[in-house]
Amino acid sequence: MDSEITLWVDGRRETLSVDTRTTLLDALRERLGVTSPKKGCDHGQCGACTVLLDGRRATSCLTFAVANDESEVVTAEGLAEGDEPHPVQRALLENDGFQCGYCTPGQVCSAVGMLDEVKSGWPSYVTEDLDESVELDEDEIRERMSGNLCRCGAYANIVTAIREAAE
Amino acid sequence: MDFLRPAGWSEALEAKANHPDATPIAGGTDVMVELNFDHRRPETLLDLTRIEQLREWSRTERNGVPTVRIGAAVPYARLIEELGTTLPGLAMAARTVGSPQIRNRGTLGGNLASASPAGDGHPPLLASNAEIELESVRGSRTLPLADFFTGVKRTDMAPDELIAAVHVPEGTGPQQFSKIGTRNAMVIAVCTFAVALHPRRRGVGTGLGSAAPTPRSATEAEEFLAGALAEDGQWDDPRPLPASVTERFGELVARAAAPIDDVRGTAGYRTHALHVLARRTLSWAWDEYRSGTELSGRQRCA
Ligand SMILES: Cc1cc2nc3c(=O)[nH]c(=O)nc-3n(C[C@H](O)[C@H](O)[C@H](O)COP(=O)(O)OP(=O)(O)OC[C@H]3O[C@@H](n4cnc5c(N)ncnc54)[C@H](O)[C@@H]3O)c2cc1C
Ligand code: FES
Ligand code: FES
Repeated sequence: MDSEITLWVDGRRETLSVDTRTTLLDALRERLGVTSPKKGCDHGQCGACTVLLDGRRATSCLTFAVANDESEVVTAEGLAEGDEPHPVQRALLENDGFQCGYCTPGQVCSAVGMLDEVKSGWPSYVTEDLDESVELDEDEIRERMSGNLCRCGAYANIVTAIREAAE
Repeated sequence: MDFLRPAGWSEALEAKANHPDATPIAGGTDVMVELNFDHRRPETLLDLTRIEQLREWSRTERNGVPTVRIGAAVPYARLIEELGTTLPGLAMAARTVGSPQIRNRGTLGGNLASASPAGDGHPPLLASNAEIELESVRGSRTLPLADFFTGVKRTDMAPDELIAAVHVPEGTGPQQFSKIGTRNAMVIAVCTFAVALHPRRRGVGTGLGSAAPTPRSATEAEEFLAGALAEDGQWDDPRPLPASVTERFGELVARAAAPIDDVRGTAGYRTHALHVLARRTLSWAWDEYRSGTELSGRQRCA
């Protein structure tokens, strides 16, 4: 069965008719040609499909497009200001935070969402003192980015890049 | 596939009554995995994400006990952020669920309805004597969580019912949760254990996960420990726990398990691990009680 929905994708208003079984990830990639979110597992485990959904990071393979009518979706592509990359993107470039780049758009969205969570004071599994503001050290970054896998193993440089972008 | 998106709770209950075989979907982190892999082909999905009331929590009182009523669709990220000091055991467990992306979407109601023996929300809720509120167009009922789980991935929910909320008595003493299994989005717990000290009513609560077909409490271990603490006057004048007490507690917790062999671990390993987790979490909780910390919120690795 098809339904008509409206999505705000990287600032553009898109109206489309989708089968109710279409995931947000498939709607973005196959219907709207927005290919920066990648499909790694379709299972919620790899994080390659991470987007910012109404401001929070989410795996777009685990939600139906129809359930997100009128939602705001920001992908890695939409984070740049024109030709100027987002600070997280720039830091990944400057620190060699990737090899093949397949996981990178997901890492970027996840890192941007994560920095916002830290700013809002959300504790993580490794946060020692729940009353103090979070100090974004290596342990915190690794834990908070644990939902994004990198098959090339570029983790060390991803951590460095995020640390730099956070400053 | 029909996709129903009720805007309010009574509309959702009507929809469930009219389509008893509809699959509810909240965070989607269990349902979507099954659908994407074609493990399930429901004719109708009932989306609960527009129902504001399911995303709220509030402080209430039940039988004179300060209690938090958590709407079924409150995601883990908010339990961690907003209830870390009121319900420390639950918040600790929530911090170990999946990945940050999963915690932003996954809900307690979904965890309970899935009723996986490995659901991380269950042990701390059992340790706190939580109750679950079910509702249908026929009315609402509240039952102890222990009675809700009836088998592996089976619950007492009727086809026309939805989970409205969970009622969790506020913590009055230290609570701990510990999980065995490497921690990231790929991992399901090998076994988990939650313990809560309830100094005000001089009781002890426990919850075991991945240890039996259903999540369960170690009732004998609870009674033994509460008795030993009372007998030695430990609640009013806490001293280090004798090794005989922690050892016996660990033994009784392990005895409450009925684990299986699977790819994640053997039954023998699970029983041994539970024994260790039980002693360890008890000693953390007891140290905290002795040092006068009323409530814990700290996380330690197992
Ligand atoms: C990568 C990954 C990692 C994970 N890691 C963990 C983990 O570490 N620990 C853990 O415990 N779980 C884990 N899970 C499982 C899952 O995230 C949790 O069980 C979560 O709590 C499910 O909640 P949800 O809102 O997403 O449920 P949904 O998928 O929306 O629903 C789950 C079930 O509950 C039913 N349901 C939902 N809400 C209601 C309601 N109000 N009334 C009646 N029925 C309802 C649905 O019909 C469905 O049967 C993981 C999942 C993934 C994909
Ligand atoms: S494709 Fe969505 S998490 Fe892997
Ligand atoms: S750079 Fe290749 S998967 Fe991460």
